[in-house]
Amino acid sequence: MEKILQMKGITKRFGNIIANDKIDFGLNKGEIHGLLGENGAGKTTLMNILYGLYTPDEGEIYIDGTRVKIRSPNDAIELGISMVHQSFKLIQSHTVVENVALGLRDTSFFYPHKQIEKKIKVFSERYNFRIDPNALIWQLSAGEKQRVEIIKAFCRKARIFILDEPTTMLTPSEAKDLFRLLKLLKGEGISIILITHKLDEVMEVCDRITILSGGKRIDTVDVSNVDKDKLARMMFGQNMVLKERQEYSINFYEDVVLEVRNLTVLNDKGLPAVKDVSFDIHRGEILGLAGVSGNGQRELIEAITGLRKVTRGSIKILDEDVTNIGTKGILNRGVAHIPEERMRMGIVPSMSLEENVILRNYDRAPFSNSLLLDYGIISEYAKGIISKYRISALNEKVPAGTLSGGNIQKLILARELSISPVLIIASHPTQGLDVRSTQQIHELLLKKKEEGCAILLVSEDLQEIMDLSDRIAVMFNGTIRGIIDIDRANIEKIGSLMVGV
Amino acid sequence: MNFIIEVLKATIPAGTPLLLGALGEIYVERSGILNLGVEGMMIMGAISAFSMTNITGNVWLGVLISIIIGGGMALIHAFNSITLKANQTLSGLALTMLGLGLSGLIGKGYIGVPLSGKLHNLPVYGFKDIPIIGPIFFDQDPLVYISYVLTLIFWFFLFNTRFGIELRSVGESPDVADSAGINVAKIQYLATFIGGMMAGLGGAYLSVVYAPAWIEGMTAGMGWIVLAITIFSLWRPERAILGSYFFGCIRVLQYRLQPLGISPNLLNMLPFIFTILVLMLAAREISRKRISSPSSLGIPYFREKTL
Repeated sequence: MEKILQMKGITKRFGNIIANDKIDFGLNKGEIHGLLGENGAGKTTLMNILYGLYTPDEGEIYIDGTRVKIRSPNDAIELGISMVHQSFKLIQSHTVVENVALGLRDTSFFYPHKQIEKKIKVFSERYNFRIDPNALIWQLSAGEKQRVEIIKAFCRKARIFILDEPTTMLTPSEAKDLFRLLKLLKGEGISIILITHKLDEVMEVCDRITILSGGKRIDTVDVSNVDKDKLARMMFGQNMVLKERQEYSINFYEDVVLEVRNLTVLNDKGLPAVKDVSFDIHRGEILGLAGVSGNGQRELIEAITGLRKVTRGSIKILDEDVTNIGTKGILNRGVAHIPEERMRMGIVPSMSLEENVILRNYDRAPFSNSLLLDYGIISEYAKGIISKYRISALNEKVPAGTLSGGNIQKLILARELSISPVLIIASHPTQGLDVRSTQQIHELLLKKKEEGCAILLVSEDLQEIMDLSDRIAVMFNGTIRGIIDIDRANIEKIGSLMVGV
Repeated sequence: MNFIIEVLKATIPAGTPLLLGALGEIYVERSGILNLGVEGMMIMGAISAFSMTNITGNVWLGVLISIIIGGGMALIHAFNSITLKANQTLSGLALTMLGLGLSGLIGKGYIGVPLSGKLHNLPVYGFKDIPIIGPIFFDQDPLVYISYVLTLIFWFFLFNTRFGIELRSVGESPDVADSAGINVAKIQYLATFIGGMMAGLGGAYLSVVYAPAWIEGMTAGMGWIVLAITIFSLWRPERAILGSYFFGCIRVLQYRLQPLGISPNLLNMLPFIFTILVLMLAAREISRKRISSPSSLGIPYFREKTL
């Protein structure tokens, strides 16, 4: 096999933390190579080095057998390396064409649009993809945005594609499309690196897999020689069992906690995003809200939590009308909100962990005497939370924004659960988290269900919805297409409701 | 009717320094840099153009030096905000203070001195006879025509060239532009420099064409109105025309209404009352059309900020 890329002995330190420890990595021409590991295993760091975003402290990179220095993304692009980041590197207020044209050197200076439009057409015909070149990025779905990223790489004639967690934001059918495209590209001699922590994915599309753990390379294996259990063991360095949900049974109380009736909510553009939606959530029930993102889930959640105005219809919590009474009023009735964008809406990144943990009740005893905060008590309380929820942080004074995604999510949960909620609204609570954090969060949610909380769980991860929910509501195009009891639900049925069939 | 045409004809030169400054500031802000030093760069442009014209007797040399001085001052701001990543608001304000103070010092000897060169009106053959439009737009001085052309060029480059895409991308998300291989600092330096040159040119227009005289502090808040026009124009050069001539018109009315017995103090307030109104109007339009200022406006860009 012809080696297109070799990375030898790559080491990268951030302060005292070693993100990459003498990692060797080789890529063959025309293969899909999985880079597998938990969050924080060093996958993204390694690829950021390859893409010139970070400079390695030690180690060498060879492309086609020649030693290269990659100091910036510019160098990487020159060498034919393209990266599709987890958070898309697209400019929201620009069109598809403008995004593709950005940084493309062989486009004419005047009227670059016309040329790029042609290129996009060529690409979409060759690989049978539809995309409107003049659409604005913020109007596109996650799957479409990713397609734009891939078109960008394609237009730059990249030979090495790096995809960082490409399916995180995609629906199952969009992920299938993506894999189909990757296989076509592979057939044309393009080499692909797939960064992921999803075992199913690597088994489905990869030829070889490199497993990283704790910044070290564990092994590189052929897919044909391994199975999921073996990969999981290598990822976590322990015997982890992938468990199936034992029983699919519904159990919850009769009394209704959240009652939504004929709800209509407008989106940012002033068009109806939630149309005449009605449902109930009972005490001790987890209602899973499945659906492709952008079908009104976000607006629905914002309406229930008081962040968005209700145009028509009503919302009742424990028989009390809370329609349009504002966020504070709703939260004071015992609603916990785990928001979708945890960095932006879940925490104040620059404030310390302890300050973030009391944000829901900082203004009352014992933390405050209505004038001053008692940092002694706050600090003790935060220490308790850190150990109870197993948050890994240096101490309770570190800025919350420096924690990893999983720990931030645990911090948010700890804070939201501290008010003993009657209703928990959880939006994508495990998105982008590693298996262990995901499991901990699932356990917490199930425990709250046992205690009698009503939980609305919004997720694009169907497995998660299936694992936790008592009933599943599927949202499509602003309406609820059906509410299915878990014992009668299966992935195919939900999947077809999700796409409006 | 004649009164209206006369007012509108006077509106164009009154709005031209604003237009020139706004075109420049639009480019600066589109690149993500906020330069509050427009007032300072304008007044330095005004005094340098005036003194150069007086020494050489050539208006065009005066104009040239004002462009150089404006651009040079902008580079100070660029160095502060791009290289040192300092607070852009403070750096811009400092530039304004510097310009106001320094121009006063240099201009001491020029107060009340008549200008030794002059830019004459140059009616455009053929166009000037078009009814209404002709006398308003095409019976003006050469710098006004240059401002028309510059508006066209600024609009065209921003939306129809690769440079325009790069400039707008840098101001929206420098990290995206960076990972696409764009030299963020270079684009920002260039945009800030262009902005300074335009502000200098606007100042020159004020002292050697519009006035033409040197009066200490003669920009009298025009730099701040330029910033308001930049927002009102929603960062689009073609809309800057509208805002600039609107404020130009108010300035003309200030003089025309005075003989009617309206208090001059009230009239002096007019531009600023309208600044507030225009900003309110723009805010409404911005939220209705879902337009926002360049996302990274005023935020210094660091590459390895994660971890």
